[in-house]
Amino acid sequence: MRFVVRRLSMFLFTLWAAMTLNFFIPRFMPGNPVQALQARIRVKESPAALASILSSFGYKPNAGLVPQYLTYLKDMLTGQWGASIGLSLGEPVRDIILQAMPWTLGLIGLTTVIAFALGNVAGIVAGWRRGGTLDSWLPSTLVVTANLPYYWVGMLLILLFATTLNWLPADFNYDPTILPGFSPGFVGSVLQHAVLPAFTLLVTSIGGWILTMRNNMITTVAEDYVRMARAKGLADRRIMFGYAARNAMLPNISGFAMSLGFVLSGSVLVEYVFNYPGLGYQLLNAVDNNDYPLMQVLFMLYTVAVLVALLAADFFMVWLDPRAREKG
Amino acid sequence: MKFASLVKNRKALIGLILFGITVVVSLFPGLFASQADADVIGAFAPNLGPSTAHLLGTTSYGEDIFSQLVFGARQVLVIALAAGGFATVLSVLIGITAAYLGGVVDEFLSLITNVVLILPTFPLMIILARYAGTSNWVMIFVLVATGWSYGANQMRAQALSLRNRDFLEAARVRGERRAYIILFEMMPTMTSLIVANFLGSALYSVLAASGLQFIGLGNRSSDSWGTMLYWADSQEALQAGNAMWIIAPGLAIAVLSAAFALMNYAFDEIGNPALRPVRRKDLRKAKKAAETLEEKGAGHDAYVEAV
Repeated sequence: MRFVVRRLSMFLFTLWAAMTLNFFIPRFMPGNPVQALQARIRVKESPAALASILSSFGYKPNAGLVPQYLTYLKDMLTGQWGASIGLSLGEPVRDIILQAMPWTLGLIGLTTVIAFALGNVAGIVAGWRRGGTLDSWLPSTLVVTANLPYYWVGMLLILLFATTLNWLPADFNYDPTILPGFSPGFVGSVLQHAVLPAFTLLVTSIGGWILTMRNNMITTVAEDYVRMARAKGLADRRIMFGYAARNAMLPNISGFAMSLGFVLSGSVLVEYVFNYPGLGYQLLNAVDNNDYPLMQVLFMLYTVAVLVALLAADFFMVWLDPRAREKG
Repeated sequence: MKFASLVKNRKALIGLILFGITVVVSLFPGLFASQADADVIGAFAPNLGPSTAHLLGTTSYGEDIFSQLVFGARQVLVIALAAGGFATVLSVLIGITAAYLGGVVDEFLSLITNVVLILPTFPLMIILARYAGTSNWVMIFVLVATGWSYGANQMRAQALSLRNRDFLEAARVRGERRAYIILFEMMPTMTSLIVANFLGSALYSVLAASGLQFIGLGNRSSDSWGTMLYWADSQEALQAGNAMWIIAPGLAIAVLSAAFALMNYAFDEIGNPALRPVRRKDLRKAKKAAETLEEKGAGHDAYVEAV
């Protein structure tokens, strides 16, 4: 119980720290939403007039920082996220998020799960068959592919499959000439547009999973309980998954939760390269245009996503590992 | 951890060579570049293909891509080494202090470490870099501020396991000051972890800095490889048929990060022999040993031990 309380209070503190940082960093730095608006519309308009436009959408440059901060915290937590004061001026932040979220969840979320599952299975096999063909060439290759710049891999894929071969589209999430709906044409178009970004993420993220899983397996295979299982004459497959892999997986599960932060980070650049209108794409828009409300909500959501994943990993660990149950 | 064992490991050797090439290029760019200044707009015809005069062609501004690549090496390397170095120093100090002092200090430092670890790094970096300006020092600050926490956790764990060793007790009995014990007694025993950590942070810095530069958050007038990609992307080099402008800087980033990654992974292998690749020769030897033992289970053990 004490462990749960400590863990939860740490999470709450993290959330608060994230929200506070994201409130103060933009406000203490040069540049403000009025200047960004002026640069965007290219019409001669006095800063005062522009400021009054923005303030009608909730921008309060003249209020003191402390009261602003307090209302900000309250609004963030109660879901009153206000309206954008950036590129999509006046559009409720909630709508922007709701539009972008399914694309990021679908593309990034699904790809991450696939990479994790495939990577772990490959790692289990590579670690089990020590010295096999898979095990001898995989590590060196993966060390390199796991550390390629995501966005550059995306650009190479565009160069090859979109510009040169003309097989797949290079930007956006679907063909805008097709009416969105559950028609085969639309679904096909969505899938077609997802292939290149998904493949980019898969290529660069799978290597890390295979490597860590392989290394964990190698350590676990040498354990006494694996030897014991062998002595009992159990089938190889049963020892591999039920004895070795089950234990070797444990560090990878909390690793998966932590990696979600990295995946979300990498996805910002992938969405940028492919002009894929997900959350990362919106984040860059928001930062470019000093769109405080949108930026704040996105940053909070990113933090919440990682925290929820960590919490889920904690529960999953308890379910998988009896030792964790005793401690909790 | 000897230099000889680094050279014997094939991954480490390749990494070391790639890193060495980058260092030489960044120290003496004049030897490799065909011009003294690679940023003169309109120095040559725009969008030329590769030729003997321009090994990698020219940009749409008429600059020589190869020369830019050569001058960019120093920019990237300085950021990687400085950010990696500072981040490692910070993680060592925070991690060891937390572990050695324990109690409230440990609680506090661990809390801060975990919070920074959980915060979404890249979005935070984007926001920091966007508002703090574009000099290389700002970039280094951003990388250090977001990149120290992972190492600090590792250092703390390692230092905790050392805490009650006799040699530290002896130093305490001698009446050494805490700072002395931390710096001169504990730190030397953690050298290999510290080096591995430095390589990891440098790798992370190369990738993150290039990513930020790629979206235009770096110093846009430098020849950094990420910045080259930014200009290539904003000038639509792919559509203009100038593929080299995209391929070359990205490949350079990939090579440098591969160098750090290979050295880092090799460090793991040297520290943990079980992870080392199995050579055919050793495998045959192990099989022979196993055949002499009839029982299947013992055969496997002999195999494991021989490996």
